[in-house]
Amino acid sequence: MFKERKVIIQSVVIFVGIILLTRLFHLQIIDETSRLAADNNSRRKFVEYPYRGLIYDRNGEIIVYNKPVYDIMVVPSEVDMEDTTKFCSLLDIDKQNFIERMSEAKHYSYVKPSVFYSQMSNEEFARIQDRFSEYSGFYVTPKTNRYYPYSGMANALGYIGEVTPGILKRDTTSYYKSGDLIGISGLESKYEDALRGKRGVSYKMINVHGVVKGKYKEGKSDTIPEPGLNITTTIDSELQKYGEKLMDGKIGSVVAIEPATGEILSIVSAPSYNPNLLTGREFSKNYSLINSDTTKPLYNRPIQADQYPPGSIFKMIQALIALEEGVISPQTRVVCNRSIINCHGPHSYEDLRGAIKHSCNPYFYETFKRIIQQGEVNSFNADAAVGLEGWIEHLKTFGLGQRLGIDLPNERTGVVPTVSLYNRIYGEGSWNFFTVYSLSIGQGELGVSPLQMANLSAIIANRGFYITPHLVKEIGGSRELVPEKYKKKNYTSVSPDKYGVVVDAMDAVVNSGWSGTGARAHIDDIVVCGKTGTAQNPHGEDHSVFIAFAPKDNPKIAVSVYVENAGQGARAAASIAGLMIEKYLKGEIERKHIEDYALEGDFIY
Amino acid sequence: MRERTDIFANVDWITIILYFALVLFGWFNIYAAVYDASANQSIFDLNLNSGKQLIWIGASVITIIIIFFADFRLIDSLAYIAFGVVLLLLIAVLFFGREVAGSTSWFEIGSFRFQPSEFAKFVTALALAKYLGDPQAKLDRIPDLLGVCAILFLPVALILLQGDAGTAMVFSIFILVLFREGLSPIPLILGVLGAIVFLLAIYLTQIVELSPTWIYTTIIIIGIIATIINRKKRSKLITSILITLAICGVVRSVDFVFEDVLKPHQQTRILVLFNPDLDPQGAGYNVNQSKIAIGSGGFDGKGFLEGTQTKYDYVPEQSTDFIFCTIGEEHGYIGSFIVIVLFSALILRVIQLAERQKMRFSRVYGYCVAMILFFHFSINLSMTIGLFPVIGIPLPFFSYGGSSLIAFTVLLFTMVKLDSHRMQVLSH
Repeated sequence: MFKERKVIIQSVVIFVGIILLTRLFHLQIIDETSRLAADNNSRRKFVEYPYRGLIYDRNGEIIVYNKPVYDIMVVPSEVDMEDTTKFCSLLDIDKQNFIERMSEAKHYSYVKPSVFYSQMSNEEFARIQDRFSEYSGFYVTPKTNRYYPYSGMANALGYIGEVTPGILKRDTTSYYKSGDLIGISGLESKYEDALRGKRGVSYKMINVHGVVKGKYKEGKSDTIPEPGLNITTTIDSELQKYGEKLMDGKIGSVVAIEPATGEILSIVSAPSYNPNLLTGREFSKNYSLINSDTTKPLYNRPIQADQYPPGSIFKMIQALIALEEGVISPQTRVVCNRSIINCHGPHSYEDLRGAIKHSCNPYFYETFKRIIQQGEVNSFNADAAVGLEGWIEHLKTFGLGQRLGIDLPNERTGVVPTVSLYNRIYGEGSWNFFTVYSLSIGQGELGVSPLQMANLSAIIANRGFYITPHLVKEIGGSRELVPEKYKKKNYTSVSPDKYGVVVDAMDAVVNSGWSGTGARAHIDDIVVCGKTGTAQNPHGEDHSVFIAFAPKDNPKIAVSVYVENAGQGARAAASIAGLMIEKYLKGEIERKHIEDYALEGDFIY
Repeated sequence: MRERTDIFANVDWITIILYFALVLFGWFNIYAAVYDASANQSIFDLNLNSGKQLIWIGASVITIIIIFFADFRLIDSLAYIAFGVVLLLLIAVLFFGREVAGSTSWFEIGSFRFQPSEFAKFVTALALAKYLGDPQAKLDRIPDLLGVCAILFLPVALILLQGDAGTAMVFSIFILVLFREGLSPIPLILGVLGAIVFLLAIYLTQIVELSPTWIYTTIIIIGIIATIINRKKRSKLITSILITLAICGVVRSVDFVFEDVLKPHQQTRILVLFNPDLDPQGAGYNVNQSKIAIGSGGFDGKGFLEGTQTKYDYVPEQSTDFIFCTIGEEHGYIGSFIVIVLFSALILRVIQLAERQKMRFSRVYGYCVAMILFFHFSINLSMTIGLFPVIGIPLPFFSYGGSSLIAFTVLLFTMVKLDSHRMQVLSH
């Protein structure tokens, strides 16, 4: 009975089998999405951060290193704590705080670790380490922070911080990921590529709870992190510290360069801040404090304060250009006619050397007039334009009005006027030397950064050339990666034989007893050459300026000192410059009275 | 010795070989599902599911031997008694059972757990066979139909009370057994049609979110057209009107059944069939992960113990209801193919055995066995690949668990035993 129905039932069984096979064929062979989804599920990328390169000074002393810190992680599901009081006192947090931290962690995940206490210091961790292991569910992740063993040079070193969305957007190489640390300013930023090293990536298999279960494909696609390259800077940290000490409580800059190499021995920006404030978990708080400080500690004066009028130190450039142009000779004398432009000190009819020594304004008024008005063109006004154009070309070869190219970010150009600027202000053909004469003594439309001033000092020390000032000596233990521009001499448009008289004059500024304005920079057994400047400042007291180099022959150091609102260059700036030279060349200070004066002195009188 | 050769003389070795092939394949996969490369555990480790399953396999072999040595006449004579005992256990479990995952279907004595509903299928098959084994029983007679209904609905009702809708659904497959034994195909056709209309209505109202007014209007318009076409013949006219009303009734019932009878998790399990992305972290999660695991196996799989989705717990229940994921992931389409062929072969073989029986009792029982296996196999696989809502029934011989393995073994080998005595006819 009903035997034929057997066939129907058998057909149903076979039919269902075929349906299942067809569906599985699609799922397992045709459709690719599951394979991708499976990898998404269980393969996770882990980034292994390399050790960031260290920074040394020129003598091999470490100035930036990585300090271990410890993140305390918590896996809420594993925490089993009857009494939280002890634990709280161990971490030095109150109970309320404990509850908040726990609920935050739980909110993130019950089974995945999240940061419970971030960046605990080595000392703190050492204190709790032994008792810590009693608490289940808490783990320690070691990390590193930047640390600056001596707390200076903040603006030159810079700091690192988490990448911002803005940086991520600009990053065309797509190297950075949110949460990465990146050098944000100073050397940390400029040499980011060398210092950061190379991230390692490993792919691991994770289970549904996010727990790592092993390597993906036996680690075939993993890469090992490469530590960053160490950088040796040109900085002499002893000198740097000393410069910072001298500038304590003042506003301004000290820049010292080794003339023959362009290596920056010290670069002081005052006031500054302790770079250790911008590391670790207090970063944001400290940053906003520093950033809102009215004395602008984040402003890197040596390379950014480019509106400073150079004042009298500019007279050396005028002299050199005039000599090169042949409009004066070292023997040329000019009457100190104070009815056209004021002057100071007892002198009346100086040659070039005397004019520099006494900083005679009328002499350089005349000199500049001869440079500008050379009579190349009949019209007196048009002639001034031609003359000024030539003068500007000379200035450029001294590295003025342009970025020198130091290896720090945000260097500024300084100000050198252009013919078109005056054409715009006064109208074309409507101005001449008498309109722009204040340029002759380093006032007017001129702005020079302290770095450019130090470089000027180095140029004179080198008798006619400079190597772009820089802070990097070695990258990864060799000079190979140091940019070529830091090895190349840049000659000025003034021929080397013209420099002798200027050097002699600078010698006289310092070494003529108290009749020279640079007397405070005098050191008994070292021939220091220098020049004071007193830059007029419409907002208050004059700025005190001094540039110097020493020894006179085969100079080892060239310095510029700029102290805001400290009056004559002969006082604060000359003292500090002399002390920097003494410190560098002798290693210690014998002239305690000058040091006391520089540290404590009331310069305005 | 002579008796011994008698016992094995007529057993169907094809069925036995298929059985052991499935059980061993299953055992390896249970090991693979829990395998942890870092732990270096052996397949025999009694702390692992695979080690425990080996004990159950041993217990099954003992059960098989007991069945072979028992008097085959006991099967017939104990059928109603066994049915009664299991019914009592099903009642008892409601009071003394332990609640696991929302259903009260387990007895727990110490570390030993036992699920009577696994055996309900077996005894219901016996009782049905016994009832229909009476040559007088005819499925077109109302009193006999009522008897059959009683045998089926008693266990179903009790299992539904436990909250185990999945196991209860297994009993629906008995309609195919009844169909083979002469039940009119109309209830079968109506059932299938009803199910299709029901699912279509759910799809249109819940997924497409069509207004019910539109659905009714469409049905009634089609109904009126059919009525007009059939207006000449009275019987066809009445049928058209009745069918139209019935379809309206089914559609009307969808709202009620779907929203009031089904629990929320059952509702979403149906909805994710139509749209797996509906709730990828919730109800859709199991099915999605299960499909990912199976699909990622590709043609030849990732290799034994190399699966990642199952081993790292992305697939829930990977040793029990979703054991097929391990096969799909590690052995790919080849593995899936082998499993489907083995099961289809076993089911077709059991149908073959049933058909060669002289006694109606044995034939009905054989069909019950084949259909229970068929339902479990096809629905379990369908739910892992997103063709059927997740109803939580095990894959016979594969899924980890003693109750399930022993119950299916008893079910199958009772048939093998009956078959080996097919030449002897019981006298009533």
